[in-house]
Order: sequence, then structure tokens, then C-alpha cells
Amino acid sequence: MTPGLGSTNRPQEEIITLKHGAGGRAMRLLIEEKLAAGFLEQPAGAIGLAAFDDGAALPIGDRWLVVTTDSHVIHPIFFPGGDIGRLAIAGTVNDLAMMGATEVLGLSSALVIEEGFLVSDLLRIQSSMRETCGEAGATIVTGDTKVMGRGELDGVIINTTGFALADTVVRDSGLAPGDKIILSGPIGDHGIALLAARRGLGFEGQLRSDVAPINGLVRAALQAAAGAVSAMKDPTRGGLASALTEMAEKSGVGIVIEESAVPITPTVRSAAEILGLDPFHIANEGKAVIGVRPQAADAVLEALRAQPLGASAAIVGTCSAERKGRLILDTGFGRRLITEPEGEPLPRIC
Amino acid sequence: MSEADVQGPASELKFRDPVRARALAGKIARLCAEIGRERIQVMHVCGSHEQAIAKYGLRSLLPKALDLIMGPGCPVCVTDLPEVDEAVVLAQDGKLIATYGDMIRVPGTAKSLAQAQAEGARIEVVYSASQAVQLARSTDREVVFFATGFETTAVATAAIVLQDDLPTNFSILSAHKYVPPAMELVAQIPQTRVEGFLAAGHAATITGWGIFEVFAERYGIPIVVAGFEPLDILAGLVRLVELIRDDVQIVENMYPRCVTREGNRVAQEQMWRVFETTGGMWRGIADVPDGNLRLRAEFAHVDARKKFKIDINRLLSHVPSALTAQCICGDIMSGLATPNDCRLFGKECDPENPVGACMVSSEGTCKIWHQYGGHPDL
Repeated sequence: MTPGLGSTNRPQEEIITLKHGAGGRAMRLLIEEKLAAGFLEQPAGAIGLAAFDDGAALPIGDRWLVVTTDSHVIHPIFFPGGDIGRLAIAGTVNDLAMMGATEVLGLSSALVIEEGFLVSDLLRIQSSMRETCGEAGATIVTGDTKVMGRGELDGVIINTTGFALADTVVRDSGLAPGDKIILSGPIGDHGIALLAARRGLGFEGQLRSDVAPINGLVRAALQAAAGAVSAMKDPTRGGLASALTEMAEKSGVGIVIEESAVPITPTVRSAAEILGLDPFHIANEGKAVIGVRPQAADAVLEALRAQPLGASAAIVGTCSAERKGRLILDTGFGRRLITEPEGEPLPRIC
Repeated sequence: MSEADVQGPASELKFRDPVRARALAGKIARLCAEIGRERIQVMHVCGSHEQAIAKYGLRSLLPKALDLIMGPGCPVCVTDLPEVDEAVVLAQDGKLIATYGDMIRVPGTAKSLAQAQAEGARIEVVYSASQAVQLARSTDREVVFFATGFETTAVATAAIVLQDDLPTNFSILSAHKYVPPAMELVAQIPQTRVEGFLAAGHAATITGWGIFEVFAERYGIPIVVAGFEPLDILAGLVRLVELIRDDVQIVENMYPRCVTREGNRVAQEQMWRVFETTGGMWRGIADVPDGNLRLRAEFAHVDARKKFKIDINRLLSHVPSALTAQCICGDIMSGLATPNDCRLFGKECDPENPVGACMVSSEGTCKIWHQYGGHPDL
């Protein structure tokens, strides 16, 4: 018998478990302590692996080449509100946008397909990728296709890499005390819709993933007030809690969130309550957390709200010099901490 | 999505009004001042209460004199090591284990179900007993429902057992627990300072509040049944502190919109037809007489313990970590200590590498305090 990770609380022989891919602390530690080891020396002036940002930024003349890559696996492949193709395009376009690079030069697309996969499903995915590229103003410029034997993977894996140029790069670490935190729309839709679709919970009819490319939305925010956006992150796996924790830690600020200001649909709130999940821990695929200098917050908010995908944008919090790296929630009753999720959020018993 | 679809604060819901909450908190403060003692300790016995208290930051509203602690109210936390071991062994033997999400990471003697899964065992998260039955219908494999929880979930399991067309590849490993004996146990602890109980509203919807009357009388302690919204909890506390001030040891129902004196007779009848109580360990606490619910003999055909030979001894060559001996989950659940008193809390023991089950379940005090910051001074 092989004792697993955490067996008798401290591992003898560590193995990879699902929590290492869930976007929380376990995944971050795996990457920071193990996978990135030896790669932290970077070309002069570049924002590379050591920054653990949404992508890399390499200086080219007086501009930046922003590069990001993401492998997409999702079950089910077709879900309410989207599919793996839409996710593969939007995910990478959004990671570029979070670095301030909203004009996509091109995308690569590498497919690994399981033997037996329906060609009609593949075409459905391809058409969805095309449509999403259209929304993002992007296109695929290179690709790769592999097929593996039946049972060697679950359906299809899509890796996309994105390239874009930017005049200025927006980092996770740019928050300063006093900065306002803007959320571009309601949270939790993607994760809850997926969970409901996966588990057949009975209320999936009303739930849709928010998966969408938001580079246009981000462009509007960046143009609203020059230099005012201090940090950005998309709250994907690990949810708003992970995104904000990373931003707070990297920036060395504390963040106070007003719960009453955080947009969330009644359906998602009810579903999360029934399942015992914290909406702050649930993944989003079409949202941005944007740090803004206080004097420009209203202008940026207004610019976001003028966009269809930003209609529910709201100022949800403020950065402070106190409690650096911590996330504090004002519930209206009192204050408490928000922490990162540990592993895949699991519904509780009652 | 239009803006109208997006609701603002939780406070718009009926029982979540911060202004009323502060008024109730003010009343609690006045009552505590009237009592005039430095410390008045009351205990709730429900993970859902602790979740709500921590999630809404209610402790920060309460006066310093009122010490609101959580008792043995987390069914996952009190599931004993050998019970987890049984599920792990069944999983390793090729059975599909269906269970509630927060059981997956609870450490057994050698390992948790999550670890068994990482090594190849098949574990499925279900949300209800009936979902476990559906799972059995969809496969030829033996499906064992690892059934945990208090009366509230035991009745759901009982209803399933009483179905007459259960698939033959379905069985139940019952780790269900029965709350009232555990409350008695806490009341009997000599060093206990608990002066009143806040009883769990959802369990009482099944058992009825009348079940607590004997208990209040026998131990001379007031009991208030409360719901789970912030105002439910605060209103329950107001009444409980009033009863303490007036030195009245009765049961009061502050959750009348759900709870009656008799409770749900049909559910009770089904539960007792299917289950009988036996004594047994509640993890970290003590042997609780009548604290475990086990399937009656006539339901042997769905009882995994009767259907399969479960040899947990092969796991026992793994000596539990030395850290386990330092875990004070039991004292925390008995109300004798808080997570801050534990030297492992947040250091060797965190949700990723839990030493005790209290750090695993979202109903466990340690996990909740870790997640929400415990008694925060924010």
C-alpha cells in the first residue's frame, strides 16, 4: 500500500492530487516551490515566471510583447453558456487582457483528441472557437493536432497560447493603499453552472457560465483614465478570493471588501447556499478584478457599465496599508477574513 | 443579464437585516450587563450555526461577556477513525463509495477517502441518499453509501432504506449520529461552564422541541431552539440570556416557523423503524452511550457491515501521526477549548493537511475559524 499525500498528515511519498490543479494554495505552492525552480532567472527587464502573473511580458523596443498559455480541460465539454472551444479562446484572450494587452496579435491552438471522439463534436468546438475569436477580434495563427488512444484522455484537451503587444503592462502587484477594487460583473456563474450540469442538481436550467472574452471591456477601462488602472486579475479557478489574495500579497496591501456591494445573481447565491459553497471561491470565466486609483474609480466604473458585459460592474472594496496580504470582508454585521479555497470546493453535508 | 437580475446585499432577505441585528445585539449586551458577571458561556451544537455566526461576522457584534462556543455539532468531525477506515477499506476492495463532499478529506487511521481515490479507488460525491441509489442503478459495481450526519440526514437515509425496489448492488455504511445523548454528555462534564444551549433548528424540525424538556429539567439548564439566519441566531441568544438572567430552566422554541413540539412524526417513525442507537466513540470526545445510529437487523441486506467483510486491521499497521495525539478537537467540541488553544492550529494543522476532522469539514470549528478568522479583531 502506498501512503498518499497527507497520509498520517505528513507525506512519505508525495503524489499529485486534484487539489494541485484547483487554483488554490496547494496549486500555487506546487508551482512556486517545485515547477518554477530553476526558471526564475529571466531576460533583463522582462516580467517572467518569477512574477507568477497571468502571462509574461517581454520588452521589445519601447513596447511589450505579452505572451500567455493555457491548457483547457473541462467536463462536460459542452455546458450551459459555452463549451471547451469558447473557453480555450476566452481564457487566453482574458489572460492577455489582464496584463493590459487587449489587442491580440494571434493565438495558437493545440488539440489533443481521444480516439473515438465525434467529428461533429469537433466541428462544433471549432465553430465555437471561430465565433469567440470574432468577439475578441483575434484569430488563430498556428496550431497542432494529436490523437491519443481511447481511454488515454477524457475527450479533448485544447492548449492555446496568445500573443499581444502593449504600451504599458498592468501587473497583479500594482495596488496601493487607497486604490478602489472594481469587479466587472456578478460572480460565481461559471463554477456553479458547471457543478450543476456535472451533478444533475435539478436547478441547472437557470444557470449559465459567464465564459466570454473581455478584452474589449478591459480596453474600455484602460482608456477611461490613462494610467489609473493599477492592477488586474481574472477570478478564474479559486474565484474572487484567490484573485484578491494574490493581488493583496503581491502588492503588499490589505483589501477590505463590502459584501453588500459584490454583484451576484439570486440564482447563484441560492445555489451556493444550498450547496454550502462560498461564492467567493467559485470560478468565473468572463470577469475582471480591477484595481483603480481612487480619483479615477468613478470614471472607470462608468466606462465599464457602458459596455454590455460590464453593466453590473461595481466598486466592491478599498485597499489599505493595514493587514498586508489579507482580505477582509465587511458583512454589514461585522468583519471577517476571506481565505483562499483549499482544493476543489466540495459541497457540504447539510 | 440586466442590472435588475443582480441583487445587492444579503440584507435584503428577510432575516438578514444588519440594523435589526445590531438592535438585538444591543439587547444581548444590556442583558449581560444586568447579569453582571464577567463571563457567561453558552453553547450551540450545530455546524450550520457556527457557519452562519462566522460567515456573517456575528461574534463581533456580541458583548465580551458572552462567550458563544460550538459544541459537538459537526457530524463529520465526530465520525470516528475506524468508521472512516471502514469506508477506505471498502473503497480499496473495489466498491464505489458514495458520500457527502466533506467526508472525502477526513483523515482515517492511515488515510482519507481522498487519498484512497488518488491511489485509484472510486469515490463519488453525492448530495443525497437517493442520488447514491441512482448511482447504483447506473453501474454493475457495488455501491456503498457512506452515510453520515445527524437526525436530519438520518431520516433521509431511512426513507431510502424503506423503498422496496432498491438495487441489489446498493448498501449503506452508517456513521449516522444522534445528537441528544451528546448534549447530555457535555452537560455532565464536571468542568463545564456552559449555562445554556442553543439547539439546532433543523434537527428539531425532525425530533420536535419537546425532546429537550427532560434534558433541561434533569441538568437544570435552559435550551433555546434557533434557526440559522443571522436574526434567528441573535433572537435565540436574546431569549437564552434572558432565561439565564431569570434563572429559568425551560425549553423555548424561537424557530416556530419550522419547529413544533412534536416534530415530524412520520420522519421519526421511519428513522426508528430503520435505525437503532448503539454506544460508540465520537471522534476525540468520548464514548457516547446511544450516540450512534446503526441499521436494525431486518435491514441486513442493505447493511454494508453485514454484506461485506470489512477488515480494517490491515490499515492499522500505519501508526497515526504523533501529531494526532496533540489534536484537541475533542476538547474544542466539548466546549473546553477553542482553536486558539491548540498548538497545531494554523501551523501543522490546516485545511490542506488536517490533523483532526474539525479542520476538514466546513462545519468543523477549526476549519470555520481558519476560513473566517475566528474571533477577529478587524
